[in-house]
Amino acid sequence: MSLSPEEVKKIAYLARLSIEEEHVEQYSEDLSSIFGLVEQMNAAATDDIEPMAHPQNAMQRLRDDVVTETNQRDKLMANAPLKEDGLFLVPKVLD
Amino acid sequence: MEWETVIGLEIHAQLSTKSKLFSGSSTEYGQEPNTQANVVDLAMPGVLPVLNAEAVRMAAMFGLAIGAPIGRGNVFARKNYFYPDLPQGYQISQFDKPIVELGHIDITLENGESKRIGVTRAHLEQDAGKSLHKDFAGMTGIDLNRSGTPLLEIVSEPDMRSAKEAVAYMKKIHELVQYLGINDGNLQEGSFRCDANVSVRPKGQKEFGTRTELKNINSFRFVERAINLEVERQIDLLEEGGEVIQETRLYDPDKNQTRSMRSKEEANDYRYFPDPDLLPVEITDEFLDEVRASLPELPQVKFKRFMQEYGLSDYDAGVLTANRAVADYFEAVAKDSGEAKLSANWVIGELSSHLNNHDLLITDSPVSSEMLTGLIKRIADKTISGKIAKEVFQALWEGEGSTADDIIESKGLKQITDSGAIEAMIDEIIANNQAQVEQYRSGKDKVFGFFVGQVMKASQGKANPAQVNQILKQKLAPESE
Repeated sequence: MSLSPEEVKKIAYLARLSIEEEHVEQYSEDLSSIFGLVEQMNAAATDDIEPMAHPQNAMQRLRDDVVTETNQRDKLMANAPLKEDGLFLVPKVLD
Repeated sequence: MEWETVIGLEIHAQLSTKSKLFSGSSTEYGQEPNTQANVVDLAMPGVLPVLNAEAVRMAAMFGLAIGAPIGRGNVFARKNYFYPDLPQGYQISQFDKPIVELGHIDITLENGESKRIGVTRAHLEQDAGKSLHKDFAGMTGIDLNRSGTPLLEIVSEPDMRSAKEAVAYMKKIHELVQYLGINDGNLQEGSFRCDANVSVRPKGQKEFGTRTELKNINSFRFVERAINLEVERQIDLLEEGGEVIQETRLYDPDKNQTRSMRSKEEANDYRYFPDPDLLPVEITDEFLDEVRASLPELPQVKFKRFMQEYGLSDYDAGVLTANRAVADYFEAVAKDSGEAKLSANWVIGELSSHLNNHDLLITDSPVSSEMLTGLIKRIADKTISGKIAKEVFQALWEGEGSTADDIIESKGLKQITDSGAIEAMIDEIIANNQAQVEQYRSGKDKVFGFFVGQVMKASQGKANPAQVNQILKQKLAPESE
């Protein structure tokens, strides 16, 4: 299985990565070689094995529903490039 | 051609936890922007989510209430998309292994029949922050206080066939989550939100038509309007030989129209995968037994019990059980006063209209259930008439006294049941209104009301109405001349 240059471009768009046209071919080859590895794993016999959602065979630890955080806005916004009225400012987004 | 409408709803109910789904930040509404977003909610590098036990318990409650299996090893997955109010670049949600599996809820149709609606699934997920498109010199403001707030997304089967059915289903879910105490039911603040998937198909056709998703329909009225508009739009389109495009449409309540929101196809490529930061959630039998034991009486059950135990009509029982606080209030009054029907009338009538006029919830009512009980006891033992009772209620509402008895006493509202006193008043009125007496005796029955009015006026509304009627009839009869 291999990825076409169009698929590479689509993946890049979804990840908001800007890639140069001249590198598309290389990415296509690199990513396709990962599929090679996946296919190799597919060859392993797993018919009687229950799939796992996580490599660790453990269950999620839960925390009690308690508010432990205080207002840290000034510190957390310290390195935001633009802010106003306690809001982060970002380039205009419209649906 | 005859068309059939097919509707499925996705409801996002904010769970009433104190802290967020994966962090210890407060979920309180309406705070200063970005004061309730910590490093986890802001997705700073290196942070890890830790799951809130209460959110898991609430989701399990909902599952048990709709008769659904609870996912024993339910799994969190990442739903990937870019938006500035989603700092992680993905939403932690659930995909193929949700916490609540297939269940159902029964709705009542307009003709009184019951219809079962399938609930495909319900899963836990984080809410995003808020984008404020006010004018910040052409920029968008981001408030992340809501980021990470726990949501239960409740997905229905495409089982509804009209906008009315969709609203009935939405109301049922709204009622249920409030009964369970897992959601505050506040549509205005966005703690209960709804999207609708709508399609049409020629009647009799098995396959579904192409659907559109309607967003931003956050009131029961808007849901009905938006769906009807969309159905009309799709039918017009198809009848003109066009085709429906699968897309997201936004309902604009001001213009009362829907418009296309996103056209880019790739916008819907979420590339879900299990979140490596989170392990599967274990649900044990012991845990489920505990949750089951904590379930309150559910609306359907309460509805039937109110009809049997208090002899209420299905209308009254329906109104009184639509909200748990209202049901509790009614039941307290009915039990303590021993007058179920009278209690129902007062809660549905006078109390509800006062609450509506002042835009108050029953939990904030200035007239407590104890106060209303006291009032109803005085109506039942005929100390006051129903009309005077309204005056007493008004005085209680305005805080002029803490019990009905206080107000009856201080305002001298006790009903006059002494027939001698009533007779004396009537004699005087008859003597002063001979012209009306003649009219009545010559067959103008309507004039009777004039006399009742006069007696009530003379007694300041305190004369017992039944006695007034009876004595007036005797005195005005021609043979008494």
